[in-house]
Amino acid sequence: MSERLIRAWTVFVVGALTLGCTTTPPGTGVFLLLDTSGTYAGELAGAQTVVNYLLGTLDPGDSFGVARIDGGSFSEKDILLRMTFDERPSVANDQKRRAMQTVSNFADTVSAASHTDITGGVMQAVEWLNEVGPGRRTVLIFSDLEEDLPDGFIRDFPIELAGVEVIAINVTKLQPDNLDPREYLARLERWRERVESGGGVWAVINDMERLPVALTL
Amino acid sequence: MPSWLMVWPDRPGLSLLLEVVFLIFVMYGARGPAHRMIQGIAKALTQGCKLTAEAIRGVQVRLTERTREVLLSEGLQETERQIDEEFRRIAASVDRDLGAYPALHRQLSDQVHRIDEDYRRATDTPPLPEAWTETIQAAGALAERASAQAPAARAVEALRVAIQDAHDDAMDTYLETSRERHALLAKLVPTWRSMAETLQRVETAVSGIFERSRHLDRLMDSYREIAVKSDAAERALTSSSVTQFGISGIVLFIALLGGFINFQLIALPMSEMVGATSRLGSMQTSDVAALVIILVEITMGLFLMESLRITRLFPVIGRLDRTTRIRMAWATFSILLILAGIESSLAYMRDMLAADRIALTQTLSGGAVQRPEFMWIPSVGQMVMGFILPFALTFVAIPFESFIHSGRIVAGQVGAGILRMVAFAVQLAGFAADHVGKGLKNLYDIVIFLPLKVEDVILASRSTAKVTTGSVAKPDRTPTAA
Repeated sequence: MSERLIRAWTVFVVGALTLGCTTTPPGTGVFLLLDTSGTYAGELAGAQTVVNYLLGTLDPGDSFGVARIDGGSFSEKDILLRMTFDERPSVANDQKRRAMQTVSNFADTVSAASHTDITGGVMQAVEWLNEVGPGRRTVLIFSDLEEDLPDGFIRDFPIELAGVEVIAINVTKLQPDNLDPREYLARLERWRERVESGGGVWAVINDMERLPVALTL
Repeated sequence: MPSWLMVWPDRPGLSLLLEVVFLIFVMYGARGPAHRMIQGIAKALTQGCKLTAEAIRGVQVRLTERTREVLLSEGLQETERQIDEEFRRIAASVDRDLGAYPALHRQLSDQVHRIDEDYRRATDTPPLPEAWTETIQAAGALAERASAQAPAARAVEALRVAIQDAHDDAMDTYLETSRERHALLAKLVPTWRSMAETLQRVETAVSGIFERSRHLDRLMDSYREIAVKSDAAERALTSSSVTQFGISGIVLFIALLGGFINFQLIALPMSEMVGATSRLGSMQTSDVAALVIILVEITMGLFLMESLRITRLFPVIGRLDRTTRIRMAWATFSILLILAGIESSLAYMRDMLAADRIALTQTLSGGAVQRPEFMWIPSVGQMVMGFILPFALTFVAIPFESFIHSGRIVAGQVGAGILRMVAFAVQLAGFAADHVGKGLKNLYDIVIFLPLKVEDVILASRSTAKVTTGSVAKPDRTPTAA
């Protein structure tokens, strides 16, 4: 009887330890969308700050992706980088250096896009985040949120954003916004409704100095 | 007051008065049973508290007795151990210092014999008697007087010369003997010194044994005191236990801090080995791995100390034969050495990772990567710390043993003290319940004082009437007994 008890306890303890040691999904997944439209391309220098901040904040095992927003953003060709950082801190640091270099090169060579497909970019980001499956999923949109779709593109449908936090960064005011600020507010409100109706969480950060406080990853 | 409680809802004062009067009458009628109920509850509480206090005191007495037994038993074992060690030391001292005493004795005898012989050989031979001088002087005088007679003078002179030669020869021989004697005496000096040194060695050895014997006597006295379970021995052991508990607790706390620093040194680089994302419960696996390494080091330290018989936490190890214990000590020391090497390399890796992290941060912030000068100093310091700390943690076994042994005694005494306090509090609650019961009865009587007074008056008038007829009745105002 006692031998059986000991055996059972051993199996239980070993099983518990084995289950406990299994690798949990990486903690955080962040996808940054960079607007390259003509009205916003000049702001891309600020995107480098956001990328650097994110790279300094993310831990080994976290996932990070960057894609550009252009006329047809729901496409793999617009993805600049997507990676899950290695479990080893030293390898993860090397990955971060490469990521920084990639974004830097992109910012130096980017050309302005004629259209702005933000919805496609968000869908692309959410698709990748769902595929990677991190514990916390965040989509950062570095854009003025002014969508300008090419002819024939259909984007006026609900997006599934359950469990995704969508944060708009540096939403600049356009010339029409200055004439009628309600345009700007309506644009923000439209995106908020769209994200929240999809089950996501919406936030806006315009002051880049507040980035570390607001993005408590 | 709710309206349904009022007799006349429109006249609350009158209703209240009527109800109070009714209540007083009811209480007056139920006075006897109410008193008995209050007294019964109070007595039940008092008795219950008393019994509980007695039970707690019984547990406390048993705990105290058990603690005392453990204290005396441990004291006895410790004294036996000390006596045993003292006997071993004396035996070793006797073997080392007095084991060679026969040879020493022979050496001393030889030295004494040699000194004796040399002394005899160095005996002073008296110089020639004065007669020799007088004879030579007389011969000289005779030679002067016989100068007229040449043959006689020559004969006398020849005789004088012969005597003078004999005297000179004798003096030469004497001087030669004296030189030899002095040489012998000079040879005696190192022998005397050697003998003095030999005697000093013997004295040192014997006095050391005497000193150990006196210490042994004190230990034996202490052992006798503990064996007869005297109060003085118990007090001494208790004081010693509390002191040991405090000191070992402080040392263990310091060791805990050392373990924490050790953990900080290897936790980060462990994430490089086991990954930074896997978790064991709420902890990162790398942290658990670092903790396990430190715990393994402490365990190896415990085994090493046990193998060397410095601590005695595991009787099984203590019972092993000497050869096995030595092998075990070497095995544990080897594991410790390997772990210390691993920790040292991990500490170096930590420094590299930290530098890499700083460089990345500098790159991300747009600045140039700067390599501080003398970076090798903290690197070497961390490596040395990583190597030293496992061995330092080995010695945790000693205070840990003291803490375990003294903790049992201190816990027993603290437990007994707490039980004593609880018993006192429970007994106090019993007394309080008794007095509260009496107070409640008096309060009850205060509420119904009016009917009681009326009763007194009636009974008094009746008693007056009965006195006139021959019988006396007294009102009963004493609290009803349970």
